[in-house]
Amino acid sequence: MKILKVCIVLIFCMGFNHLESGEKSNELKNKILKNIRCLICQGQSVYDSESDFASSIKLIVDKKINEGMQEELIYEFLREKYGDWIIYNPEFTKNTFILWLLPLLLFLTGGAIIYKKILKKNEK
Amino acid sequence: MKNKFNLFIIITFISFCFVIFYKGLNNSNTYAPKINGEKNIPTFEAKGFKSNTYYSAKKIFEEDIFYIVNIWASWCVPCKIEHPLLMKLSKDQSVKLIGINYRDNLNNAKNFINEFGNPYSQILIDPDGTLSIEFGAYGVPETFIINKNKKIIRKFIGPINKKIVEEIKLIIK
Repeated sequence: MKILKVCIVLIFCMGFNHLESGEKSNELKNKILKNIRCLICQGQSVYDSESDFASSIKLIVDKKINEGMQEELIYEFLREKYGDWIIYNPEFTKNTFILWLLPLLLFLTGGAIIYKKILKKNEK
Repeated sequence: MKNKFNLFIIITFISFCFVIFYKGLNNSNTYAPKINGEKNIPTFEAKGFKSNTYYSAKKIFEEDIFYIVNIWASWCVPCKIEHPLLMKLSKDQSVKLIGINYRDNLNNAKNFINEFGNPYSQILIDPDGTLSIEFGAYGVPETFIINKNKKIIRKFIGPINKKIVEEIKLIIK
Protein backbone atom coordinates (compact mmCIF):
# COMPACT_ATOMS: atom_id res chain seq x y z
CA MET A 1 0.00 0.00 0.00
CA LYS A 2 2.84 2.33 0.95
CA ILE A 3 4.64 1.61 -2.32
CA LEU A 4 1.43 2.39 -4.22
CA LYS A 5 1.13 5.76 -2.42
CA VAL A 6 4.76 6.61 -3.19
CA CYS A 7 4.20 5.67 -6.84
CA ILE A 8 1.09 7.91 -7.04
CA VAL A 9 3.01 10.85 -5.52
CA LEU A 10 5.90 10.30 -7.94
CA ILE A 11 3.56 10.16 -10.93
CA PHE A 12 1.93 13.42 -9.77
CA CYS A 13 5.33 15.09 -9.38
CA MET A 14 6.43 13.96 -12.83
CA GLY A 15 3.18 15.22 -14.30
CA PHE A 16 3.61 18.67 -12.75
CA ASN A 17 7.26 18.74 -13.74
CA HIS A 18 6.23 18.09 -17.33
CA LEU A 19 3.63 20.85 -17.14
CA GLU A 20 6.22 23.27 -15.78
CA SER A 21 8.71 22.52 -18.58
CA GLY A 22 5.88 22.86 -21.11
CA GLU A 23 5.05 26.28 -19.66
CA LYS A 24 8.69 27.33 -19.80
CA SER A 25 9.06 26.33 -23.46
CA ASN A 26 5.79 28.14 -24.19
CA GLU A 27 7.13 31.28 -22.51
CA LEU A 28 10.34 31.03 -24.52
CA LYS A 29 8.38 30.48 -27.73
CA ASN A 30 6.21 33.55 -27.09
CA LYS A 31 9.27 35.64 -26.22
CA ILE A 32 10.97 34.65 -29.47
CA LEU A 33 7.82 35.14 -31.58
CA LYS A 34 7.30 38.64 -30.13
CA ASN A 35 10.83 39.55 -31.18
CA ILE A 36 10.36 38.37 -34.79
CA ARG A 37 8.96 40.72 -37.40
CA CYS A 38 6.25 39.39 -39.73
CA LEU A 39 7.91 40.33 -43.01
CA ILE A 40 4.73 40.34 -45.06
CA CYS A 41 2.59 42.26 -42.55
CA GLN A 42 2.32 45.95 -41.74
CA GLY A 43 4.06 46.54 -38.42
CA GLN A 44 3.13 43.26 -36.77
CA SER A 45 5.22 40.70 -34.98
CA VAL A 46 4.94 37.02 -35.87
CA TYR A 47 3.26 36.54 -32.46
CA ASP A 48 0.45 38.98 -33.39
CA SER A 49 0.00 37.88 -36.98
CA GLU A 50 -2.22 35.14 -38.38
CA SER A 51 -0.70 35.22 -41.88
CA ASP A 52 0.57 32.06 -43.60
CA PHE A 53 4.13 33.30 -43.23
CA ALA A 54 3.71 33.92 -39.50
CA SER A 55 2.03 30.58 -38.84
CA SER A 56 4.85 28.75 -40.67
CA ILE A 57 7.44 30.66 -38.62
CA LYS A 58 5.53 29.74 -35.43
CA LEU A 59 5.73 26.06 -36.39
CA ILE A 60 9.44 26.32 -37.21
CA VAL A 61 10.23 28.07 -33.89
CA ASP A 62 8.23 25.43 -32.01
CA LYS A 63 10.11 22.66 -33.84
CA LYS A 64 13.51 24.24 -33.13
CA ILE A 65 12.68 24.67 -29.40
CA ASN A 66 11.59 21.03 -29.18
CA GLU A 67 14.85 20.02 -30.87
CA GLY A 68 16.63 21.80 -28.01
CA MET A 69 17.92 24.75 -30.02
CA GLN A 70 18.94 27.79 -27.94
CA GLU A 71 17.17 31.16 -28.33
CA GLU A 72 20.21 32.85 -29.88
CA LEU A 73 20.65 30.02 -32.39
CA ILE A 74 17.00 30.33 -33.45
CA TYR A 75 17.53 34.06 -34.12
CA GLU A 76 20.71 33.21 -35.99
CA PHE A 77 18.84 30.65 -38.11
CA LEU A 78 16.17 33.21 -39.02
CA ARG A 79 18.75 35.95 -39.62
CA GLU A 80 20.59 33.69 -42.05
CA LYS A 81 17.38 33.06 -44.00
CA TYR A 82 15.83 36.55 -43.92
CA GLY A 83 18.50 39.01 -42.86
CA ASP A 84 18.75 41.27 -39.77
CA TRP A 85 15.39 42.92 -40.51
CA ILE A 86 13.44 39.90 -39.21
CA ILE A 87 14.61 40.52 -35.64
CA TYR A 88 13.06 43.49 -33.80
CA ASN A 89 16.06 43.83 -31.51
CA PRO A 90 19.03 44.36 -33.84
CA GLU A 91 22.51 43.28 -32.78
CA PHE A 92 25.28 45.84 -32.24
CA THR A 93 27.19 45.55 -35.52
CA LYS A 94 29.02 47.95 -37.85
CA ASN A 95 25.73 48.43 -39.73
CA THR A 96 23.64 49.17 -36.64
CA PHE A 97 26.00 51.09 -34.35
CA ILE A 98 24.45 54.48 -35.28
CA LEU A 99 21.04 53.12 -34.34
CA TRP A 100 22.33 52.20 -30.89
CA LEU A 101 24.60 55.19 -30.25
CA LEU A 102 22.49 58.03 -31.67
CA PRO A 103 19.85 58.07 -28.87
CA LEU A 104 22.64 58.03 -26.27
CA LEU A 105 24.47 60.82 -28.08
CA LEU A 106 21.27 62.90 -28.35
CA PHE A 107 20.53 62.30 -24.67
CA LEU A 108 24.02 63.42 -23.65
CA THR A 109 23.92 66.49 -25.93
CA GLY A 110 20.48 67.46 -24.61
CA GLY A 111 21.66 66.91 -21.04
CA ALA A 112 24.74 69.07 -21.63
CA ILE A 113 22.62 71.91 -23.10
CA ILE A 114 20.19 71.81 -20.17
CA TYR A 115 23.08 71.68 -17.66
CA LYS A 116 24.76 74.68 -19.33
CA LYS A 117 21.50 76.67 -19.27
CA ILE A 118 20.94 75.89 -15.60
CA LEU A 119 24.51 76.97 -14.80
CA LYS A 120 23.99 80.26 -16.69
CA LYS A 121 20.71 80.90 -14.85
CA ASN A 122 22.35 80.28 -11.50
CA GLU A 123 25.21 82.67 -12.39
CA LYS A 124 22.71 85.44 -13.08
CA MET B 1 24.96 86.54 -34.69
CA LYS B 2 23.36 84.00 -32.33
CA ASN B 3 20.03 84.24 -34.17
CA LYS B 4 21.77 83.64 -37.48
CA PHE B 5 23.50 80.58 -36.06
CA ASN B 6 20.19 79.19 -34.73
CA LEU B 7 18.54 79.81 -38.11
CA PHE B 8 21.41 77.99 -39.83
CA ILE B 9 21.02 75.00 -37.48
CA ILE B 10 17.24 74.86 -38.07
CA ILE B 11 17.58 75.10 -41.87
CA THR B 12 20.29 72.41 -41.89
CA PHE B 13 18.13 70.12 -39.73
CA ILE B 14 15.02 70.65 -41.92
CA SER B 15 17.06 70.07 -45.11
CA PHE B 16 18.52 66.89 -43.61
CA CYS B 17 15.03 65.59 -42.73
CA PHE B 18 13.73 66.54 -46.19
CA VAL B 19 16.51 64.62 -47.96
CA ILE B 20 15.99 61.54 -45.76
CA PHE B 21 12.21 61.48 -46.33
CA TYR B 22 12.51 62.27 -50.04
CA LYS B 23 14.94 59.38 -50.48
CA GLY B 24 12.59 57.18 -48.46
CA LEU B 25 9.71 57.99 -50.83
CA ASN B 26 11.64 56.56 -53.75
CA ASN B 27 12.53 53.33 -51.97
CA SER B 28 10.45 50.23 -52.46
CA ASN B 29 8.37 49.36 -49.41
CA THR B 30 8.75 45.62 -49.96
CA TYR B 31 11.72 44.22 -48.13
CA ALA B 32 13.84 41.58 -49.80
CA PRO B 33 17.16 40.62 -48.27
CA LYS B 34 20.08 40.41 -50.63
CA ILE B 35 21.65 37.00 -50.90
CA ASN B 36 25.21 37.76 -49.90
CA GLY B 37 27.24 35.09 -51.55
CA GLU B 38 26.16 31.50 -51.73
CA LYS B 39 23.93 29.82 -49.20
CA ASN B 40 23.70 26.14 -48.39
CA ILE B 41 20.58 24.28 -49.32
CA PRO B 42 18.64 23.27 -46.20
CA THR B 43 18.61 19.69 -45.02
CA PHE B 44 15.08 18.36 -45.16
CA GLU B 45 12.86 15.39 -45.77
CA ALA B 46 9.67 16.07 -47.64
CA LYS B 47 6.79 14.04 -48.96
CA GLY B 48 6.46 13.58 -52.71
CA PHE B 49 3.45 14.94 -54.59
CA LYS B 50 2.49 11.77 -56.42
CA SER B 51 3.43 9.13 -53.87
CA ASN B 52 3.73 8.88 -50.12
CA THR B 53 7.50 8.51 -50.39
CA TYR B 54 9.72 10.90 -48.44
CA TYR B 55 12.67 12.45 -50.25
CA SER B 56 15.75 13.94 -48.64
CA ALA B 57 17.54 17.04 -49.92
CA LYS B 58 20.53 14.86 -50.74
CA LYS B 59 18.39 12.58 -52.92
CA ILE B 60 16.62 15.47 -54.66
CA PHE B 61 19.78 17.41 -55.52
CA GLU B 62 22.02 14.41 -56.24
CA GLU B 63 22.95 15.24 -59.85
CA ASP B 64 25.83 17.49 -60.82
CA ILE B 65 23.62 20.07 -62.57
CA PHE B 66 21.81 23.35 -61.87
CA TYR B 67 18.46 23.13 -60.11
CA ILE B 68 15.60 25.60 -60.04
CA VAL B 69 13.37 25.36 -57.00
CA ASN B 70 9.97 26.92 -57.56
CA ILE B 71 7.45 27.41 -54.77
CA TRP B 72 3.90 27.39 -56.08
CA ALA B 73 0.26 26.76 -55.18
CA SER B 74 -2.90 26.20 -57.19
CA TRP B 75 -4.63 29.10 -55.36
CA CYS B 76 -1.90 31.53 -56.32
CA VAL B 77 -2.81 33.64 -59.35
CA PRO B 78 0.78 34.85 -60.14
CA CYS B 79 1.81 31.16 -60.24
CA LYS B 80 -0.54 30.68 -63.21
CA ILE B 81 1.07 33.67 -64.93
CA GLU B 82 4.61 32.33 -64.56
CA HIS B 83 3.71 28.72 -65.38
CA PRO B 84 4.18 28.93 -69.19
CA LEU B 85 7.69 30.32 -68.59
CA LEU B 86 8.49 27.43 -66.26
CA MET B 87 7.24 25.03 -68.96
CA LYS B 88 9.69 26.63 -71.39
CA LEU B 89 12.54 26.43 -68.87
CA SER B 90 11.83 22.76 -68.23
CA LYS B 91 12.76 21.97 -71.83
CA ASP B 92 16.37 22.95 -71.07
CA GLN B 93 18.28 19.72 -70.40
CA SER B 94 20.98 21.40 -68.31
CA VAL B 95 18.62 22.26 -65.48
CA LYS B 96 16.07 20.43 -63.37
CA LEU B 97 13.02 22.08 -61.89
CA ILE B 98 11.90 21.10 -58.41
CA GLY B 99 8.46 22.25 -57.35
CA ILE B 100 7.39 22.88 -53.77
CA ASN B 101 3.64 22.86 -53.42
CA TYR B 102 2.91 25.44 -50.71
CA ARG B 103 -0.05 25.14 -48.30
CA ASP B 104 -2.33 23.68 -50.93
CA ASN B 105 -5.20 21.29 -51.34
CA LEU B 106 -3.62 18.26 -53.00
CA ASN B 107 -6.54 17.64 -55.39
CA ASN B 108 -6.53 21.27 -56.52
CA ALA B 109 -2.77 21.08 -57.02
CA LYS B 110 -3.13 17.92 -59.12
CA ASN B 111 -5.85 19.58 -61.22
CA PHE B 112 -3.55 22.61 -61.71
CA ILE B 113 -0.73 20.38 -62.99
CA ASN B 114 -3.10 18.40 -65.24
CA GLU B 115 -4.52 21.59 -66.71
CA PHE B 116 -1.37 23.67 -67.20
CA GLY B 117 1.29 20.94 -67.57
CA ASN B 118 4.07 19.70 -65.32
CA PRO B 119 7.41 21.51 -65.68
CA TYR B 120 8.87 19.86 -62.57
CA SER B 121 11.03 16.76 -62.45
CA GLN B 122 9.99 16.35 -58.82
CA ILE B 123 7.29 17.99 -56.72
CA LEU B 124 7.42 18.05 -52.94
CA ILE B 125 4.49 18.98 -50.77
CA ASP B 126 4.76 21.59 -48.05
CA PRO B 127 1.37 21.53 -46.27
CA ASP B 128 2.41 23.76 -43.35
CA GLY B 129 4.87 26.06 -45.15
CA THR B 130 7.86 25.03 -43.01
CA LEU B 131 9.86 23.63 -45.92
CA SER B 132 9.54 26.97 -47.70
CA ILE B 133 10.72 28.76 -44.55
CA GLU B 134 13.80 26.49 -44.52
CA PHE B 135 14.55 27.86 -47.99
CA GLY B 136 13.99 31.42 -46.77
CA ALA B 137 10.76 32.04 -48.68
CA TYR B 138 8.01 34.56 -47.88
CA GLY B 139 5.18 32.95 -49.80
CA VAL B 140 4.31 32.07 -53.36
CA PRO B 141 5.58 32.21 -56.04
CA GLU B 142 9.27 32.21 -55.31
CA THR B 143 12.15 30.78 -57.31
CA PHE B 144 15.64 29.77 -56.22
CA ILE B 145 18.62 28.80 -58.34
CA ILE B 146 20.93 26.14 -56.98
CA ASN B 147 24.31 25.67 -58.61
CA LYS B 148 26.37 22.53 -59.19
CA ASN B 149 28.01 22.94 -55.76
CA LYS B 150 24.57 22.65 -54.17
CA LYS B 151 24.47 26.30 -53.11
CA ILE B 152 21.56 28.72 -53.46
CA ILE B 153 22.98 31.47 -55.62
CA ARG B 154 19.89 33.47 -56.59
CA LYS B 155 16.40 34.10 -55.32
CA PHE B 156 13.47 35.65 -57.18
CA ILE B 157 10.51 36.84 -55.14
CA GLY B 158 7.23 36.95 -57.03
CA PRO B 159 6.42 35.56 -60.47
CA ILE B 160 9.27 35.18 -62.93
CA ASN B 161 9.03 37.09 -66.20
CA LYS B 162 10.84 36.95 -69.56
CA LYS B 163 13.68 39.12 -68.27
CA ILE B 164 14.24 36.82 -65.30
CA VAL B 165 14.12 33.77 -67.57
CA GLU B 166 16.90 35.31 -69.67
CA GLU B 167 18.89 35.95 -66.48
CA ILE B 168 18.36 32.34 -65.38
CA LYS B 169 19.49 31.07 -68.79
CA LEU B 170 22.66 33.16 -68.52
CA ILE B 171 23.38 31.77 -65.04
CA ILE B 172 22.88 28.11 -65.98
CA LYS B 173 24.89 28.37 -69.22
